[in-house]
Amino acid sequence: MPALSVVDLTLSFGGLNALGEVNLEVPDRSLFAVIGPNGAGKTSFFNCVTGYYRPTRGSVRLDGREISGLPVDEVARLGVRRTFQNVRVFPKLSALENVLAGAHLRTSANLATSVLGTPRARRHERELAAEAQRWLEYVGLAGKARVLAGDLPYGMRKRLEVARALIAKPSVLLLDEPAAGVSSVERDELADVVGKTWREGVTVVMIEHDVELVMRLASTVAVLDHGRLLAVGAPETVRNDPRVIEAYLGRRRSQGPWSQA
Amino acid sequence: MASGSEFAGPVSQRSGPAVALAVIALGALVPVFAGSTYVVSVAMQVEILMCLALGLNFVVGYAGMLDLGFAAFFAIGAYTTGLLSVDLHWPVLTTLPVALLAALAGAVFIGAPTLRLRSDYLAVVTLGFGEIIQNLVNNLSQTGGPEGIYGIPALSIGRFSVTSTAGYYYVFLVLVVLFAAISLRVRRSRLGRAWLAIREDEDTAQAMGIKVRRYKLYAYMAGSVFGSLTGSFYAPAFIAIAPPSFGFSESLLVVMAVSIGGMGSVWGALLGAGVVIAFPEIFRQFAQARLLVFGIVLVVIMVLRPQGVWPEGGLGLARRARPVWAWARGMWVRTRPEKTPEARLGGPVGAPEESK
Ligand SMILES: Nc1ncnc2c1ncn2[C@@H]1O[C@H](COP(=O)(O)OP(=O)(O)O)[C@@H](O)[C@H]1O
Ligand SMILES: [Mg+2]
Repeated sequence: MPALSVVDLTLSFGGLNALGEVNLEVPDRSLFAVIGPNGAGKTSFFNCVTGYYRPTRGSVRLDGREISGLPVDEVARLGVRRTFQNVRVFPKLSALENVLAGAHLRTSANLATSVLGTPRARRHERELAAEAQRWLEYVGLAGKARVLAGDLPYGMRKRLEVARALIAKPSVLLLDEPAAGVSSVERDELADVVGKTWREGVTVVMIEHDVELVMRLASTVAVLDHGRLLAVGAPETVRNDPRVIEAYLGRRRSQGPWSQA
Repeated sequence: MASGSEFAGPVSQRSGPAVALAVIALGALVPVFAGSTYVVSVAMQVEILMCLALGLNFVVGYAGMLDLGFAAFFAIGAYTTGLLSVDLHWPVLTTLPVALLAALAGAVFIGAPTLRLRSDYLAVVTLGFGEIIQNLVNNLSQTGGPEGIYGIPALSIGRFSVTSTAGYYYVFLVLVVLFAAISLRVRRSRLGRAWLAIREDEDTAQAMGIKVRRYKLYAYMAGSVFGSLTGSFYAPAFIAIAPPSFGFSESLLVVMAVSIGGMGSVWGALLGAGVVIAFPEIFRQFAQARLLVFGIVLVVIMVLRPQGVWPEGGLGLARRARPVWAWARGMWVRTRPEKTPEARLGGPVGAPEESK
């Protein structure tokens, strides 16, 4: 069964269709890339999946279960985690606390144990903190545990968001332009993190503009344009799809993803 | 690195135990050296405001909501205890559970329907709630109307009964320490992190699976518990209670204490309470002008330190000391004697100089 299956997904803002009748399936344990020009509807797609937007029409199923229209925290509960295009860490919390906040659903503490701090609750907290530390190391932020997230440079904040999502042990991870605006070194590190995560069995859906990165990593690529799904398939197939070439090259020759080809 | 014990609490909380012990010791000595009951009673007012500020800190500081009617919970505690102990002759301690339940009911009553509102509307609603409670106790004959309730019996614990101002001072000292300890603990728990995440960015908090409205309600409930408990001890401490002590100006004092000190910081809330009470008292001889001066001081604080006097990240002492430390170390390195080759052999291997 596909991890995500999207049928006839339509999202209108007034007259504008941010998404128009999108049909696609994200295979389980795939590394699924979504590409397309700015304003194509990529982030809107993530927002529909994660409950931030209620689709105008259509359905989104997670492991066969309808999730469109569910509140954001319910979708999270079902194992979907995301990062945001414009980084949204908790600025006044330390990096470690940011990651711990991501573990909200994994902690059993209730009101009483939060207030009283029973030995068991405290041991659990310590273990969780140690695990959060490991997730920081995983994304290359080992020494930053105590730094306030708001004081971290941009690229690190992006990676912190990834760690915050991963500690929840999601079954589906949605990354919204994780490598946008970061240095090329960080981009490579990020590609490693994404690849590693995917190999560990997480279904990864990644919006990314860097086509070279997409071609290297993704097992499936979907192309959105003006809210429509232009093509979906293996990277090589999509790259040579005439509609994709036209959408990119026909419009602005120099700004297409494969303009040098 | 012993990352297992690594805890990323703000600086002020890591150095907490030592600071806390010193402050408690100092606090315990106040009645001994005070010299007059007046000083003790002002100190007790500081403690009472500290208790209230720690309660409001859950709502304003941790969860990031505005509440302009916090005195309502203070009133609920004081009046419940006052009524039950005077009319029904219940011992003060036995009134606490009832006062707590009444406060929780109030928190749910005001919170459940309104917590979806954005912050500015919430401010209006809570302001209204504060006014309603004050008007209620002012107009009901059962609560004594404008005269309030008097002849509230002393707090008795076992055979021991607290009758002096100094006695109540210690009662509130215990309460402050208890509230502060709970606040600090909660700050590092799942509950506290959920609150702070909501304060920072509630849409994103929701993506972590945090049920935002439920947790906001918890914040109100936690605040109401502290507020009402404080009221329950306030009643026997002052023997008489009357509506003017529970109005908007009291709510405002609590908000000031929390925001002067630094939103979300326990130490800040305590310090803020001290400033808010002590300043007008110290400058009492200037009569009305002191309030004007106090207002100006508040504005200056807010302009110079919008994050509060003692914000969550600590006072920044460590950060400020760093350049000094670096300079001192540089001096030492430059002035120390050259190491002999033998001494070098004992140093770390892997000559890092080569990379330079
Ligand atoms: N909340 C919103 N209100 C109105 N229009 C929106 C909203 N969110 C997205 N859109 C519009 O939907 C279209 C797709 O946006 P988006 O999904 O952010 O594109 P992408 O992520 O592919 O760059 C854009 O035209 C954008 O202006
Ligand atoms: Mg986008």
